[in-house]
Amino acid sequence: MPKITYIESNGKEHVVDAPVGQTVMEAAVKHAVPGIDADCGGACACATCHVYVDPEWLAKTGEQNSMEQSMLDFANDVEDNSRLSCQIKVSAELDGLVVRLPKSQH
Amino acid sequence: MSTGEIRRVIIIGAGQAGGETAQRLRQGGFEGEITLIGEEPTAPYQRPPLSKAYLKGDLDIDRLMLRPASVYAEERVALLTRTRAVWIDRANRKVRVEGGRELPYDALVLATGAKPRKLPLVGADLDGVYLFRTAADVDRVRERFASGAKLIVIGAGYIGLEVAAVARQCGLDVTIVETAVRPLARVTSPEVAGFFLDEHTRQGVRFVLGGQPAVIKGADRVTGVGLTDGAELPADLVIAGIGVTPDIAIAEQCGLTVGNGIITDRQCRTSDPNIFAIGDCAARPMVHYEGRIARLESVHNAVEGAKIVAATLTGGKEHTEEAPWFWSDQYDLKLQIAGLFHGHDHVVFRGVMADRAFAAFYYKGEKLIAVDAVNRPAEYLGAKMLIQTNRTLPPSVIEDMSRPMKELVASAR
Repeated sequence: MPKITYIESNGKEHVVDAPVGQTVMEAAVKHAVPGIDADCGGACACATCHVYVDPEWLAKTGEQNSMEQSMLDFANDVEDNSRLSCQIKVSAELDGLVVRLPKSQH
Repeated sequence: MSTGEIRRVIIIGAGQAGGETAQRLRQGGFEGEITLIGEEPTAPYQRPPLSKAYLKGDLDIDRLMLRPASVYAEERVALLTRTRAVWIDRANRKVRVEGGRELPYDALVLATGAKPRKLPLVGADLDGVYLFRTAADVDRVRERFASGAKLIVIGAGYIGLEVAAVARQCGLDVTIVETAVRPLARVTSPEVAGFFLDEHTRQGVRFVLGGQPAVIKGADRVTGVGLTDGAELPADLVIAGIGVTPDIAIAEQCGLTVGNGIITDRQCRTSDPNIFAIGDCAARPMVHYEGRIARLESVHNAVEGAKIVAATLTGGKEHTEEAPWFWSDQYDLKLQIAGLFHGHDHVVFRGVMADRAFAAFYYKGEKLIAVDAVNRPAEYLGAKMLIQTNRTLPPSVIEDMSRPMKELVASAR
């Protein structure tokens, strides 16, 4: 199973086994990684699963979709590598993915 | 009540509100006993996908789970599934569950949810007539959810319309019977309702508006629905989506103040200071709406109640209430709603319906009170921020599509 590393804003790391086909958000929530709220459960309705994708992984995670882009427009501290983790599907290719979490989701 | 005294928390109701409460108590550092009591056979799961991806077969039950079942034991949450709480002894702070066992508490959280209304009709118990609330309900529906089957949905609220959309995508023949003259009558404006009516009609859904079901026909299995005007509609399956009633029986029985839901203050505290109520079963003052008491049926409300109670019980940072938010997915349309539109006196549109991407802004006087945004996430989030921070924008500004929503929000007072 692909492994994903989530790094909290205070530097604390969480390495999680993420099933292929689920999203980067789901794997975090199911393992209670703090810093990803994901209140809507992945419906792209709440913009509380914001992550920064480690730059070397950007090619593999793909680009923001247009809905995601609009949602991120209203999130705090958005960077070029910002994504909503509910919109990144886990694949074998993403084994080893590193994402960083913002200070706050609100 | 100081947090020092609280060693035992019981949560009645293992839906999203109850499950989130247990999780957030632990995240907030609560180290005492947590007992989570639920009538369903599984650990807490998300309900919104039931009428969407789960019905369609795109998600299995494991993916609906808020958290894996193993987490409860790891975090020392005693999860009692298939268990019904039947009595609250407030004087002695005990909950009795079916079978007679009594569990003591220092703080009690009622997250009992809501029950779907049953069709008050002869034949409502026939095989092939379904309510739509739990994963088990949907599993039963799915046994008959075959391409070409004739489905009658009774009730054109969000559940009814979402089910109809999935059914059309799965090739069922769909008729919606609604007693009101338009769909979504209780939850949106005639303009937005008209848009969804047109969309479903274009997708092949038939509507009987102003239709009164009189009887469900069939010998042991449903064969049709008879209306009061004598019409008879054939059916292989019937799904009732005619709303829910808050599950307040246990609160009423122990003398808590109830109305349309268990009445609480902003901290979700009921008329008994040791008992809280959250989620679909509870009604609390809406800080963004002059403190009006409202009972919301939504994920936002379930999660917010859990956050408020966990913060209160652990002495954590007080939660800042969000503007209420909701969503509905139908076909390729994502409807996102912020705020409460009740009491609006005019509607202003940004974008046009023909583009299948527009937002309806609801005003009460000059104040923006709600938005229905269809495939317009920026308008949804922007309006939500405005409502939350008690700001507004004049209608003429909202209508100006040449300026992006983000810029408008930044300029708002």
